[in-house]
Amino acid sequence: MTPPAFRLDNAALSLDGNAGRIEILHNISISIDAGSSVGLVGPSGSGKSSLLMLLGGLERATSGTVEAMGENLSDMSEDALAKFRRENMGVVFQSFHLIPTMTALENVATPLELAGRKDAFQRAATELEAVGLGHRLDHYPNQMSGGEQQRVALARAAAPEPNILLADEPTGNLDGANGTAIMDLLFGLQDRHGCTLILVTHAEELASRCDRLIRLEDGHVASDSTT
Amino acid sequence: MSFRTASKFARRELRGGLKGFRVFLACLTFGVAAIAAIGTVRSAIETGLQREGAALLGGDAEIEFTYRFASDPEMAWMTATASTISEIADFRSMVVVDRDGQLERGLTQIKAIDTIYPLVGSVELAPPMPLAQALATIDGKPGTVMARVLADRLGLTPGDDIRLGDKTFRFSAFLTKEPDNGGGSFGLGPRTIVYKDALEGSGLLLPGTLYSSKYRLTFPDGTDLEIVKSEALGSFAKSGLRWQDARAGAPGVAAFVERLGAFLVLVGLSGLAVGGVGVSAAVRTYLAGKTDVVATLRTLGADQTTIFQTYFLQIAALSLVGITLGLAVGTALPLAIAPLLENVLPIPAVFGIYPGPMVEAAIYGILTALIFTLWPLARTGDIRAAALFRDALESGRLLPPWRFSLTILVLIAMLVAVAAFYAGNLFLTLWTAVGVLAALIILSLAAWLIRRLAKRLSHHARGRVALRSALSATYRGGSETTSVMVSIGLGLSVLAAIGQVDGNMRSAIADQLPDVAPSYFFVDIQSSQLPEFLERVTNDNAVTKVETAPLLRGIVTEINGRPAAETAGEHWVIQGDRGLTYSANKPANASLTAGEWWDADYDGPPLVSFAAEEAVEMGLALGDTVTINVLGRDITATITSFRNVDFRSAGMGFILSMNPTALNTAPHSHIATVYAAQEHEARILRTLANAFPNITAISVRDAIDLAGGILKNIAAATSYGAGVTLLTGLLVLIGAVAAGERARNYEAAILKTLGASRRQILSSFAQRSAITGLSAGLVALGFGVAAGWGVCTYVFDIGYSVIWPSALAIVIGGVSSTLIAGLIFAARSLNVSPARVLRARQ
Repeated sequence: MTPPAFRLDNAALSLDGNAGRIEILHNISISIDAGSSVGLVGPSGSGKSSLLMLLGGLERATSGTVEAMGENLSDMSEDALAKFRRENMGVVFQSFHLIPTMTALENVATPLELAGRKDAFQRAATELEAVGLGHRLDHYPNQMSGGEQQRVALARAAAPEPNILLADEPTGNLDGANGTAIMDLLFGLQDRHGCTLILVTHAEELASRCDRLIRLEDGHVASDSTT
Repeated sequence: MSFRTASKFARRELRGGLKGFRVFLACLTFGVAAIAAIGTVRSAIETGLQREGAALLGGDAEIEFTYRFASDPEMAWMTATASTISEIADFRSMVVVDRDGQLERGLTQIKAIDTIYPLVGSVELAPPMPLAQALATIDGKPGTVMARVLADRLGLTPGDDIRLGDKTFRFSAFLTKEPDNGGGSFGLGPRTIVYKDALEGSGLLLPGTLYSSKYRLTFPDGTDLEIVKSEALGSFAKSGLRWQDARAGAPGVAAFVERLGAFLVLVGLSGLAVGGVGVSAAVRTYLAGKTDVVATLRTLGADQTTIFQTYFLQIAALSLVGITLGLAVGTALPLAIAPLLENVLPIPAVFGIYPGPMVEAAIYGILTALIFTLWPLARTGDIRAAALFRDALESGRLLPPWRFSLTILVLIAMLVAVAAFYAGNLFLTLWTAVGVLAALIILSLAAWLIRRLAKRLSHHARGRVALRSALSATYRGGSETTSVMVSIGLGLSVLAAIGQVDGNMRSAIADQLPDVAPSYFFVDIQSSQLPEFLERVTNDNAVTKVETAPLLRGIVTEINGRPAAETAGEHWVIQGDRGLTYSANKPANASLTAGEWWDADYDGPPLVSFAAEEAVEMGLALGDTVTINVLGRDITATITSFRNVDFRSAGMGFILSMNPTALNTAPHSHIATVYAAQEHEARILRTLANAFPNITAISVRDAIDLAGGILKNIAAATSYGAGVTLLTGLLVLIGAVAAGERARNYEAAILKTLGASRRQILSSFAQRSAITGLSAGLVALGFGVAAGWGVCTYVFDIGYSVIWPSALAIVIGGVSSTLIAGLIFAARSLNVSPARVLRARQ
């Protein structure tokens, strides 16, 4: 039987800040099926992005367990987590997070190179063409618009054909037209690769394109429904 | 908007604290402190020399003659003018010690004194005793005192017998302090003091012996030394009299301290220039972080002037803090280590707070701060309100607006002018300025080239993500690459040049010279001894070659009837007395470059053959006349030929060679060079010294060792100077690497998100540090090799070959310094949580 893409059992996250310890997530227990698409919604500060970071192994749960594809992320070392992400995950951020010293092509090729793929650059070029940036391969991030940068980020996330795609407000910094185009590409990628998609967004209409909606409030799961 | 508004804005911005300005402050503080400290030590020594002038000189004034004593009129003038007169004779000789039938010899510099020596200060002996007691004659043996270094070498203990010339003396005590040593003995012969009268019967101080006589004078209180000096020089202008007085008791030392101080300040300025790069980088980084603030102010209606003034005032305030700290450290440090320095320095120093060096260091600090901050500050004018939406600072023009460029050029000219004024040497200052500017430009260009190369190579590194990302960062991380290259490259370049010059000089002295140099110089050979001397050495099978020549000493006083300095400036040939010889025939090894040698039987007016290279330097031509004072008598000779003189072989070489009748009636001795294999040297010395107790042997090997030692010390002093530049470079390097920390944290976070392991990320960071360090090292090596070749070929006229150990050390130094700095910061980047870094950038 295929294990779920994610299973969280009483997962909690707290962070130490200047004002003391802040509880971000409280006892989250959810299971997400492989191949499904899940929208994480909720007001600002509700813990959506933090939950996504927890799912991506970018934050460690302070208590409880976080399993991804049957593997307990909490037990993994930093390098093991990196390897797990390399082999299974693609991440897209609101602020794109491209490496500023690398061209679009190099940015997309990086995860493929890390995975030891010989065809890293051909594959990266193909992926950039797929997002409509075949003519921008040698451009640096600061030479591109926000929409273009997000498409590069999308190509980079999709290039290794991950089992899981994590997207944190991918249209948050974009105008309506660009935002719609990015969402189309994102869902197109999920359809094409059959991967699990976790989408953090403020926009209910975008979230409604997902199979399932999880609403967070004050670090708790307020509702969990299928669309 | 008004200046007042700008100052209000500046104050508000400064409330944010000094974060990001640590390197800025460190660079300015360190550079200013180094210059202030050098100046303070120089002032301390100069004050000490002035205060102790009379003791260093041995009287209020000294009159010196070259190998003659004062004539009756000269003596009469001194007696009439001075309250006290003390006469000493100074010359080289051999000390001989009989150790169970084995004779041991040592070269010494004898000071033959009278009973009232020293007029000022006191001699200190071990065991402690009055000098008169130590020099007293006991059992027919006059006493001597000797510098410990020679006495120990000869295994002497007080009470032992020694021989000087033909006479036996008693060694009474070790000489621990000689008050009129003028700043430490320097030369081949350590000091021996003896009464002049006691030398009677020793066969030393014969006519023609190479000695100088010195008359120490004291005057009644209130005597104007300048008037007395004018009177002495006026009355005996043509007698070869040399004058020194307590206003400059040790002029040689004073000049040396002044030159070394000026040189070290210039080296300090180079360090400050490197610090300027750090200052500039810090301001640029600070302003880059303020783009949004500037753009917001622009949106709210602030004009360019207000924006410029706002940030200029902040930087000016911080610069003043840095300069003040630098002055405090630079003044306090010498005071703190004064007790240590006083013990180490062979000359008196009066440590204190001297305003002069502080003002000098402050001026340098202010000018450097202005030069290096105006450029980045000028770019605030380029920031438009639209920068809130775009990265406008990055797309700014390369050069600042023309009025800023002009101001910067004027400030650079002012800095050079001030440095030349303080150093007292425009030529050296200009060369330093040109050198520093050239190095900065070459290193910046090299950084640009490295970046282009990195871009090109990054295509070939596809598939090796650590290397490719290192190359990408080297290319795109423009300012960091340039800052690191310049900061570390300048110090390494100076060290590389020193290493190459020093290595080649030492190799020339230690390896090449002994192959062609004689074993010994023998001086003070009397004319009557010459035939026997020659017979002995030519009959000795171990002697491969011997050369002799008559030797006199004289001072070049006039050229074409005018004071020599008018034609030759400060050329070394007219400074002090020079050896001269005569010869009927052209010596076999002499090659004339112009003119003709005189006939062998010529007995007309004096003629002279002059060394060709020095003649060109002094501006002499055939037919010019040169007046040389020999034994108080002026001889004016016409130059009839120029000839090549090779001083590099350490053989016999005379600047001036005259026709025999011009000189041979003057009392003189002969000099001989004896060539032999090293294993025979000791025996030859023994034989000749036994046969001729009055002659003095100077070992060329000892002279070579001494020269090597001096060279080593000069190289060490210069290296310390370069160390200041290197240390400032390291500060700037740390600043540059620290400034890039945020970018590296971000990159590490993204790479981790994409699945890179810590090892891969660390490897990438290490490789980019190594690439920049290796490049800086290679550029420095290229600079060092070029400078080394130039200096060796054109200044020292010796062969050049790359000194590989030094070269390798420079490259390794470049790589390891950047690698260490890079890895320290890389380790921090690796430990930062990627989620927090990425969230912070949302």
